Amino acid sequence: MSVLGNTALSFSDDQSMIMDVSRAFCADKSPVSAVRGLLETDAGFDVAVWREMVDMGWPGMALPESVGGSGLGVDTVVPVLEAMGRALLGGPLLSTLLAGQLLLRAAGNGTGLEASSRAGSEPSGFLHDTLSSIAAGAPATVALLDGADWGAQTIRCELSGDSTLRGAKQQVWDAAVAEWFVVVAQQAGEPVLVIVPKVAIEPAARRDKVLIDATRRAQSVDFTGVLAADGAVLRGPQVVSALRDVRLLGALLLAAEAGGSAASCLNTTVEYLKTRKQFGKLIGSYQALKHPCVDILMAIDTTRSFVYHAASLLGSDPLGHDAEVACRMAKAQATETLKHAGDRAVQFHGGMGFTWECDAQLYVRRAQWVQQAYGDAQHHRKHLAQLLLDR
Amino acid sequence: MSPVNEQEKVAFRQEVAAWMHTNRPVDPGFLLPQSFMEVGSEQQLDFLREWQHKVWSAGYLGMAWPREHGGQGVDPVFQSIADQEMRRHGVPICFNVIGLGWAGPLINDIGSEAEKAKYLKGILSAEDIWCQGFSEPDHGSDLGNAQTRARREGDDYVINGTKTWTTMGNFAKYMILLARTNPHAERKYDGLSFFLAPMQVPGIDPRPIRKLTGEYGFTETFFTDARIPASCLMGEEGQGWKIAMKTLQYERGAEAGAAGGLAFVRIAIDDMIAELSDVERDGAPALEDPSIRDQVVQMIMEEKAIVLGERRSTIGPLTTDYPFSLQLSTKLRFTESTRRMRQLAINLQGADGGLYVGDDAARQGGFWQRAYLNSFSATIGGGTSQVQANIIAEHILGLPK
Repeated sequence: MSVLGNTALSFSDDQSMIMDVSRAFCADKSPVSAVRGLLETDAGFDVAVWREMVDMGWPGMALPESVGGSGLGVDTVVPVLEAMGRALLGGPLLSTLLAGQLLLRAAGNGTGLEASSRAGSEPSGFLHDTLSSIAAGAPATVALLDGADWGAQTIRCELSGDSTLRGAKQQVWDAAVAEWFVVVAQQAGEPVLVIVPKVAIEPAARRDKVLIDATRRAQSVDFTGVLAADGAVLRGPQVVSALRDVRLLGALLLAAEAGGSAASCLNTTVEYLKTRKQFGKLIGSYQALKHPCVDILMAIDTTRSFVYHAASLLGSDPLGHDAEVACRMAKAQATETLKHAGDRAVQFHGGMGFTWECDAQLYVRRAQWVQQAYGDAQHHRKHLAQLLLDR
Repeated sequence: MSPVNEQEKVAFRQEVAAWMHTNRPVDPGFLLPQSFMEVGSEQQLDFLREWQHKVWSAGYLGMAWPREHGGQGVDPVFQSIADQEMRRHGVPICFNVIGLGWAGPLINDIGSEAEKAKYLKGILSAEDIWCQGFSEPDHGSDLGNAQTRARREGDDYVINGTKTWTTMGNFAKYMILLARTNPHAERKYDGLSFFLAPMQVPGIDPRPIRKLTGEYGFTETFFTDARIPASCLMGEEGQGWKIAMKTLQYERGAEAGAAGGLAFVRIAIDDMIAELSDVERDGAPALEDPSIRDQVVQMIMEEKAIVLGERRSTIGPLTTDYPFSLQLSTKLRFTESTRRMRQLAINLQGADGGLYVGDDAARQGGFWQRAYLNSFSATIGGGTSQVQANIIAEHILGLPK
């Protein structure tokens, strides 16, 4: 068996239709002028646009119909994230999708929420209500990071025997608007998930973060003293598996988004190279500028291939070896692609590229944020080496 | 021809597999060419001639060609299966590629009965080696501007000029030759004619070009008042360009008309990983070294991306952003990735990386070193990587010339 392994790549009619719809929507709602208008606002996104996304059913797209979702696979949200990335459209969709997937997968088998009670977890009423609320458009987020290490093996945030949380979480995405927090904690060394409603968090426990990607928002949140409600704790082997899956899904969805951003970044650069003249020539005719653009184009093409390959291998079951390899490759590739595209966008715009006014800054700043989120390229390649070379 | 059923295919595949398993040649003790462009010595030539003859005698070459001319007259799907099994068993190449993949299919297609009878069987049996005279020293990429002259004199054409990068020019019995019969034609293409030219005539002087590997494989071929019979003209005068373009279409495999057999040995990332499994670095297996692992993973990703890109290029909705970018970049991607992988394979050998073909301690006889140096034939030939990048920049991204 070749080390290249599984090379399946398929694209469903659902995905195709959703790609068309989401691209048109994002292009319409998020021209770069709108993106810029939101950069220095508190919210960072347009609530009216978010409501339209909710009306189209995007937060519940990959949730089962039993909680009011569309019952489609996670593969169908991949083109949505790509479209949002192209248009630099912000808002709490990604954090909400990941929170939903984490709860869903921790509940047992992909769609059967009833499985959680069979598996000995807490009664599923609370979970069911939370997922229904998410599918209906309540923003949610995963409180995952204890520190700066995305690959940390231990969880510092603790759930005590009397169901009280102790510990702070870093960079909780969209925390200011989240109705639900899925807090990743440990109890006696075993990972648990605690569903915390926003009302349980004191305003003083929240601190706004300043992110290098100004299209995003996050807070650090101290959960110390928060009491877990009845039925709000998920535990057991499915939690371990769900956490692993969501780390991979997070990597993949960010890869899709980064791939979209890289494509519009390249388009921005190419447009400039076609119009800017120096020394009496269009600067796009110089090979020193032309050839790196081709490198970036090929990297974008590669990113898309990896992203949709990975999307082809997803299901509601725990992700297998091939899906893990594919998600990690997608993130490793997408991260490097957007970094390169953003970096060259600034440089190739010359003096303009150094200004706030030039759109290159949007991409180069996003690239720095995306590269670390859910693990950078080196992190994923390190795991890929284990998966591919230590067989 | 009735359609071939699956059972027949499976049975045939098993038959070929068994034959290849039994007849795969033992290591001859010298390095074999990895492609038909690398046949540099009589020793290699003799070995490959014998191998091709053996494959043909067994009935696994030219399967779709007519029976009366050495073929089997069966559906080309059988040849494709045979080729797959050759690839899978890692057997040597069928080296007479200009004959098998270019001249032969052309003769089959538009040749006269006399030409078929004269040439086809010798191509398959490897008795007659063929070369190609298209490129010229001053017109590497600009084929249509070829200046080698063919002047009609009685029953002969008299040839003057120079061809270059002639694969196996010094071994070949025949050449497919593109030459100018009418220097005054209004369009440069209309002045060209196509010949099936004999090589062993006075006035043709193939001089081997020594490659950076130290080996041979190509010649620069000089024509000085070389007389070839007028009957060597294929088609009519002025049809040369059209016929030359036609020969390029057969390369795609047996279904397109080629006789079959392997034209080159594919070297995959798996081969490199297998090669490195016993290499040590800093006192531990090299494949446990974090920096090496990172580089190997990047190479795996490059190779996988090419396969996935081919898949994605067939899915309409996923190719609308930069139409044809995947197809147009395949050559650049593949050849550059190949070169990088072979460089890495040398890099990882420690002190052995500094050895070369001819040293008895060189890993696999210096296979990777030679493969790396030869890889430039693909990043330069057929349009350099830099020209490829210009084409992509201008045609896909719309950047100015």
